[in-house]
Amino acid sequence: MSRAKTISAPFTHAITSVPRTMLLVMLALAPATAFSLYQFGWPAIILFFIIIGSSLLFEALSLLIARKPVTPFLLDGSAVLTGWLVAMALPPWAPWWIGVLGGFIAIVFGKHIYGGLGQNIFNPAMVARIALLISFPLEMTFFMQPQPLFAQQSPNFLQAMDIIFMGGINIDALTSASTLTQIKVLQFDGQSIEAATGLVSYLPTAMLGVLPGSMGEMSVLSLIVGGVFLLALRIISWHTPVAMFASMALIAGIAHFFNPAFHPGMWTHLFSGGFVLGAFFIATDYVTQPVSNSGRLIFGAGVGALTFVIRAYSIFPEGVGFAILLMNAMTPLIDHYIKPRIFGRSKSGEPLASEQLERGRQ
Amino acid sequence: MKLFEIKGGVLPKDHKELSANKAIQEVPMPLELSLPMHQHIGIAAKPMVQVGERVTKGQLIGLCATQCLEGSASNNRITAPVHAPTSGRISNIAMQRSPHPSGLPEMMVTLQPDGADRWGALPRALDPASSSASELVERIQQSGIVGMGGAMFPTAAKLEARKYSDLHSLIINGAECEPYLTADDRLMREQAQKIVDGIVILQHILNVPNVIIAIEDRRVHAVDAMRTAIGAHKGMSVVLVPTRYPMGSEKHLIKALTGQEVPSGSLPSSLGLIVNNVGTAYAIHEAVRLGQPLISRIVTVSGGAIKNPGNYHVLLGTKVSHLVETCGGFSQQPEQMMIGGPMMGLPFSDLEVPITKGTNGILALTKSEVKPGTHRPCIRCGACIPACPSGLEPQDLFVLVRNEKIEPAIDAGLADCILCGACSYVCPSHIPLVQFFNYGKGQALEMRNEVVRAARLKQLSDERSVRVEEKARQKKAKQEARKKAIAARKKAQEQERAQAGEVKA
Repeated sequence: MSRAKTISAPFTHAITSVPRTMLLVMLALAPATAFSLYQFGWPAIILFFIIIGSSLLFEALSLLIARKPVTPFLLDGSAVLTGWLVAMALPPWAPWWIGVLGGFIAIVFGKHIYGGLGQNIFNPAMVARIALLISFPLEMTFFMQPQPLFAQQSPNFLQAMDIIFMGGINIDALTSASTLTQIKVLQFDGQSIEAATGLVSYLPTAMLGVLPGSMGEMSVLSLIVGGVFLLALRIISWHTPVAMFASMALIAGIAHFFNPAFHPGMWTHLFSGGFVLGAFFIATDYVTQPVSNSGRLIFGAGVGALTFVIRAYSIFPEGVGFAILLMNAMTPLIDHYIKPRIFGRSKSGEPLASEQLERGRQ
Repeated sequence: MKLFEIKGGVLPKDHKELSANKAIQEVPMPLELSLPMHQHIGIAAKPMVQVGERVTKGQLIGLCATQCLEGSASNNRITAPVHAPTSGRISNIAMQRSPHPSGLPEMMVTLQPDGADRWGALPRALDPASSSASELVERIQQSGIVGMGGAMFPTAAKLEARKYSDLHSLIINGAECEPYLTADDRLMREQAQKIVDGIVILQHILNVPNVIIAIEDRRVHAVDAMRTAIGAHKGMSVVLVPTRYPMGSEKHLIKALTGQEVPSGSLPSSLGLIVNNVGTAYAIHEAVRLGQPLISRIVTVSGGAIKNPGNYHVLLGTKVSHLVETCGGFSQQPEQMMIGGPMMGLPFSDLEVPITKGTNGILALTKSEVKPGTHRPCIRCGACIPACPSGLEPQDLFVLVRNEKIEPAIDAGLADCILCGACSYVCPSHIPLVQFFNYGKGQALEMRNEVVRAARLKQLSDERSVRVEEKARQKKAKQEARKKAIAARKKAQEQERAQAGEVKA
């Protein structure tokens, strides 16, 4: 990183820059985040800032250890965005140490161990989520019904501090299982999943965001708005999300058609859990997805298919995080094999033959 | 005409409005002209004049005659002569800083104009219709004409393609895709008749049935002027190509017009095509019809830091400082100055560099135009891939070149990079990709030279060992002969002694 004057053209530039990209992604996340923070009240707000603060702290420490310039990297927005995405992937009322640990794992083990920005193989936020899920399954699956800010049951600021820092007040009464967890339990018991409470009116409630879940699993509608915003500004290409939605819709649709008692329908799969968040904001992470658009189609389709397999056949109710990490591992391979055709050369890289020449004569 | 899509490219703000409506103006005679002897691709010319000598306008002052070509490889006998842009006195012939970012010294002839601007004897005007192709090509060669779009490849050498390829179309490149530049645009608007005459001469030389004049669709006035000038000329048509950078790249223009891709490592002539710039056609008209060599060109002086941007008819060798003065000087401190456009131009900071045959623009850009940014690590966003018109993966090439993996970079298509700068332009991390690719290409060339050098060395050492062996063999033979001789002498002496003994006894 330097401001050294280049001695080579071009001497003009598009308005793009790394901080601008990060800022626009945060802007796109803002509606969904604001809605979730409102729905879960003070404890969620406190946790959100704990995670972002710790991400910045660990970023600064990592940069110092790596002897990299701290200020420009800290201000590029990448650490804030990573922390933000970690927050979206955690239960909204998780204890403070889960948040700090999340920031630590994401920034240090997700990013700087590999050499910092642009060097990591796995999406840092998903590394944090999965590491925490495996290490602290209880805390990580503690979901509750939304308690909107200023509602009667909603804790005030002091109560919220107590919940986050002391594990205070008895909140067992508020706990509730997410739709995917309900489905998983029924699948294990060998019962028809149609008994899951949310399924009847699933689509509208998921769209609105009043079902229990992680911060980023709340309002599908606001996530889609953010995603479309990023697509419209060409910050992300359509290839990854569209491939993800298409492969999941296809596989889930077929599975549901043949065994509706075991497999929930296409819409449940698409709009539950972190699928929409993953499709627009996690899988599209530049660093860890393939660089080419055709590679991104393969990548997205893989994430969709793996998510379905994990949700349906593993012990985990939710599989987006695992699926993204697994496909992240495939990214170098996809990039190796999917190359654009070079101008004036055939697909295999040989200079175009003279048969073209003959056509030109006619 | 049906056009074909070219992959990649970018659409930077073109800023052509700064100078597009300014008619071509003359520049007051400068006090001094600096004429590099190397204003073209190929072998540099050698000064043909002496210090203190008086020259007339159009007089030959630099030439690489047949003998000076002898030493070079036979497939690279390419050069162009240099002529005096005005009458005056030669004040200096010396190695001086070149108008190139390297700033390496090169042979430069300094001419002090006498103000009379007096033409000397010129070769007679030729009538293309009654002249042979080789006669016309010879005139083009003698007039020092090179590719005026910026490539500076000697035109006569390019026209040799007529001998070994089956050409069917001539493409005239009027797609001035670099932002800011309006030199070709103005030339087409003001001198369309003469350009068309130059094209007719080219058509006659090449004996091609079709001529396509490609102009960007936003240059409506140029299109109108050229269409009018063509009139009823047979086989000639103006085709509007999309305004997109780098549409003016020879190979990409061909793709857009014909749908064909020039095979990697080949020339357009392999598809039966030949491409020439509008400025080149104009210079050919002057050389053939008037006998005037290439001594001036049209230059756009523009950019936010120039007080009065415009288009100028400039004598070769005019210094940038003089040109900037003519434009009223700088309105503010420029952030970056360059020869050519902002996408592919060469940076310079010394205002004393001269205008050469390939200088289509002088730009002085402000900070808000340059938009300098902080270099950051690559975040693999992939924006450079759809921007690359050559179908490369710049982010991949960059990593290879940075790690000095030149051979893998060549395998990944480094040689197919046209250095257009579209990748750097879109890179959110502001990585100077072109700088890396330039370096990589330099290293690749060095490696190729190294291979040639190694082969030559091996040949020399093989020859030497043969010689050494031969010498050793000869030496051995000599030694043996001497031994034999000594032995024979000894024997003779012994015999003598024995005989003497016998006698004694």
